[in-house]
Amino acid sequence: METLLFIAVMLPLGAAFVGFLVPASRPQWMRALALAATGVSLALTLVLFWQFDRQEAGYQFVFDLPWVPALNLSLKFGVDGISMTLLLLVSIVSFCGVLISHEIHERQKEYYILFLALTTGISGTFCTMDLFFFYFFYELAVIPMYLLIGVWGSLPPGRHGRTREYATMKLTLYLTAGAVLALVGLLTLYYAGGRTFDMVELMANLRLSEDRQWWVFACLLFGFGFLASLFPFHTWSPLGYAAAPTAASMMHAGVLKKLGAYGIIRLALPLMPEGARAWMDLLAVLCIFNILYAGWAALTQRDWKFVIGYSSVSHMGYVLLGIATLNVIGVSGAVLLMFAHGVMAALTFSLIGWFYHQAHTRDVFELRGLARQMPFIGTCMVMAAMASSGLPGFANFASELMVFLGAWQQGSTVFRIATVCAVWGIVVTATYLLWAVRSSFFGPLDERWKALSDARLAGHRLPYVLLIVVLLVVGFWPRTLTDIIQPTVKHAILREPVAMAQVDQR
Amino acid sequence: MNPVWLILFAPLGAAAVITLVTQRWKMLSAFVSCAAILLGFVLSVGIFLQQGQWQSPEPLRWLVLEGGWVIEFGATVDRLSVLMLLVVTGVGSAIHIYSIGYMRGDPGFSRYFACLSLFTFSMLGIVLSNNFIQIFIFWELVGVSSYLLIGYWFERPSAAEAGKKAFLVNRIGDFGMMLGILLLWTEAGTFSFAELPERVAAIPAGTLGLISALIFCGAVGKSAQVPLHVWLPDAMEGPTPVSALIHAATMVAAGVYMLCRVAFLILPSETALTLIAWVGGVTALMAATIAITQNDIKRILAYSTLSQLGYMIMSVGLTGITPAMFHLTTHAFFKALLFLGAGSVIHALHHEQDIWKMGGLWRKMPVTFVTFLIGTLALAGVWPLSGFYSKDEILLLALKENMALFVVGVVTAFLTAYYMGRGCFVAFFGRPRDRHAYEHAHESPLVMTAPLVFLAILSVIGGWGSYVPHFLQPEGHGAHHEAWKGFLLLLVPAAGFGVAAWIYGRAEPSDEPVKAALGRLWNVLENKYYFDEVYLWIVRNVQGAVASGCELFDRWALQRLGVGGLAGVTGLAGKTLRLLQTGNVQAYAFVFGVGLTVIIFYVVVR
Repeated sequence: METLLFIAVMLPLGAAFVGFLVPASRPQWMRALALAATGVSLALTLVLFWQFDRQEAGYQFVFDLPWVPALNLSLKFGVDGISMTLLLLVSIVSFCGVLISHEIHERQKEYYILFLALTTGISGTFCTMDLFFFYFFYELAVIPMYLLIGVWGSLPPGRHGRTREYATMKLTLYLTAGAVLALVGLLTLYYAGGRTFDMVELMANLRLSEDRQWWVFACLLFGFGFLASLFPFHTWSPLGYAAAPTAASMMHAGVLKKLGAYGIIRLALPLMPEGARAWMDLLAVLCIFNILYAGWAALTQRDWKFVIGYSSVSHMGYVLLGIATLNVIGVSGAVLLMFAHGVMAALTFSLIGWFYHQAHTRDVFELRGLARQMPFIGTCMVMAAMASSGLPGFANFASELMVFLGAWQQGSTVFRIATVCAVWGIVVTATYLLWAVRSSFFGPLDERWKALSDARLAGHRLPYVLLIVVLLVVGFWPRTLTDIIQPTVKHAILREPVAMAQVDQR
Repeated sequence: MNPVWLILFAPLGAAAVITLVTQRWKMLSAFVSCAAILLGFVLSVGIFLQQGQWQSPEPLRWLVLEGGWVIEFGATVDRLSVLMLLVVTGVGSAIHIYSIGYMRGDPGFSRYFACLSLFTFSMLGIVLSNNFIQIFIFWELVGVSSYLLIGYWFERPSAAEAGKKAFLVNRIGDFGMMLGILLLWTEAGTFSFAELPERVAAIPAGTLGLISALIFCGAVGKSAQVPLHVWLPDAMEGPTPVSALIHAATMVAAGVYMLCRVAFLILPSETALTLIAWVGGVTALMAATIAITQNDIKRILAYSTLSQLGYMIMSVGLTGITPAMFHLTTHAFFKALLFLGAGSVIHALHHEQDIWKMGGLWRKMPVTFVTFLIGTLALAGVWPLSGFYSKDEILLLALKENMALFVVGVVTAFLTAYYMGRGCFVAFFGRPRDRHAYEHAHESPLVMTAPLVFLAILSVIGGWGSYVPHFLQPEGHGAHHEAWKGFLLLLVPAAGFGVAAWIYGRAEPSDEPVKAALGRLWNVLENKYYFDEVYLWIVRNVQGAVASGCELFDRWALQRLGVGGLAGVTGLAGKTLRLLQTGNVQAYAFVFGVGLTVIIFYVVVR
């Protein structure tokens, strides 16, 4: 089982290296290789999920390969309830991302190599138990993202007045700047925790004074906040997504963005509980801005990808609000929402890719009445919009509900206000999504779009169907995930005392 | 397995099967959908007949939260829910069958039935829910099925807009409801309808009032009460059977049902009751006054629905849970009947909905005419039809509890008879105004008229013996002792019909004769008191301004000034430092020399 986890994470990267050997004149081989790698990786993840011990709060399937013993460095993987959930997310989204990439025709070899490296970068970050590799895998994800957007992206002109190159540069600088800020915090942790990168050892050893917790926590919160598009550090996000090729947007909005929230949950909360308490009121206030401000900004956009880009900023507000509650229900809700929003964002971006690829515009007003021409895509888009606005039956509802319950339970005035704003946020979400769907998909079909075609082939439909099925399964029975998330959050993240022994053993 | 689960999940299965498998075979889709709800009806009747041996099935633990909170997925089987099961599946079955005829030839036939089944599932879910989260889940699901069915003809801009509007307005109501649920949870520590009643007593009165008012927001949205009533008239853009099922008989009544289900919450709170009663009363009167000016047959019925829902809500507010449910039941019968009758007319006239283009139809469509007339009389509350019994219970309750609301109720009853009489006289009597439409008119096929007859029978006998109240409250239900007052109230609809007959029956007007008489007031009424205009203004100006403000701030303050400024400063620093790199060897040598001198000076002299 341990090896299985290692393979599930590293297989895409291995395939990327094999990809160098594939002749550039045989792009279909490269695509097949990428499909196989992400497909097997998904299958293995499902096996792991099946085998996962649901009673157990700590890490499972721990794989340990000493790397640089002098520095206490080792390539160590393991999954607990949170990592398992997010590994599942990466596998699903990356597989769908490869499936959707049939629209890429240039430099396919390089494209898939980068995509595969990106996949391992993200899943590695979620599964590693070592601080050094946490950073390593993170950077492994950022660089391919830079190239994917810079080379294969496209940014139609708009009032943003920027180019694709500007967008990708801005995104990369933000992600790096956030990472550097977080790195300052991480290094402090390394020294304060007895020079170890091992997260489990850190949990046991680290003793930081309250003052130091305060500023180290701030480093991690805002450093990772950059990645999670915390207001006011979010402006890279809509622009970056708009410029990215479909699969890169899916990976970024779906998964890479969740790394920021994951970093806060995995490192900042359990290691610096006092620091966390000091900053949470401010975080809750910023979340209100994320949710409402970005939601309103989405209302004024014309480009579909900007609408969804701001929407994802808005949704990250719910994730961060869940984290800010510092109670089991809220933080678990945040983790579940990371999963649900990841799948939903991937679905939305892949759908946008379908019509943008044909119509060469994403303008909400120019596109009209597409549902007549593409009923399948239209149906999926309505479902995606409904999922996004928290309709029961989709995973998003259960997770948002948990965030609301957690935030309300927290009880302080700030959080009560934040909850009211967050609940109002779903009204705003529904407003801009239904408006966009109404404008582009309903109404009479515009003459210009008579030539567009629907997704008819099973292969073309598969990614959409897969993503929707995942949302529905978790939505109908959220306990598939909540039952493994909650114990981990309770014992490993918020470290409620009873379970300390359990965590230490592993 | 408990048959209740089968009743609930059969329509969901039907929706899934239609979407995934039978989409191409239209009649098969219709069959699957109808079979699911008919099965539900048969099973509901079975449950009804087994009175006394009811058992709620073991609930599923849908979500188990840290701290011991369990959100269940259960099914309540009690008098209230069994009554609703019968109404939803019974009226629903008739409307499903009717739809086969009405929607024939429509390209989206299968999609229609899939949505209809999805709706049935969601509605039954509301009926059976045993806790607040579950009811909220299905609450949202009926919202989305309503969205899909209103916007069924999505290529029509008006239909697409109406669907969106319905969903969003409902969401505003749900905003309040969600907050109410959250507040109730922290106060009472449970979501369960079974556990709540005993815990409510411990909640302070002020908080309880607030909770009730917030929960009531949900009902205001779903049951289209003032000020969130604006979506319902627009919802008439959907196919007429949808209007009958969702926007008259069942979904819009869900708000009333929910209030009755959580009566334990509302009844102890005086403030909340007053609020509820007055919202209902105002809606009843206001909608009735608007209805007298409408020309679209479906819109007349839509405002009538608003008005009748107002009665039910008012009844809840006057602590009359049983009368509210009684009126809900009879209203489901006769309002579904009226909508289906209107649909039959619209179908016959090739989608003509303006009553002024009709006229003289009784000769052409006898079954439709007779059943429509029965529906009209029942709605107006004429003895011995069902509406008489249920409406009088509410009015007599108002007479006892609140004189002002009684007057409101009586005026509304008068207006009801008046506008329904107006609709009937103009559409069915007189001479045909549109010769062409008249000649093409024909009676609808059996698949449409049979449901009409079925519902007409129910509309006639639905109130007899006050069976529904007795069923709900077997241990004593006292409304008969003042039956003579009820018969006195018969004068009200008689007056309404009389006035309508006097104005619209004797002459052969081709245009509205009352318009001139009412003058300015007519404009106000015809424009629905300008609610839509005011809301549109708010949406455009307030929401629009806030949204643009956010966008401008994002683009200029954050992106240009903040990020751009930072980038500018960095660039500037680079440029400044570049000045030092002159590329001139003498300059470098000079700096080198100076530096060396300073170091030597520092080392030696210090």
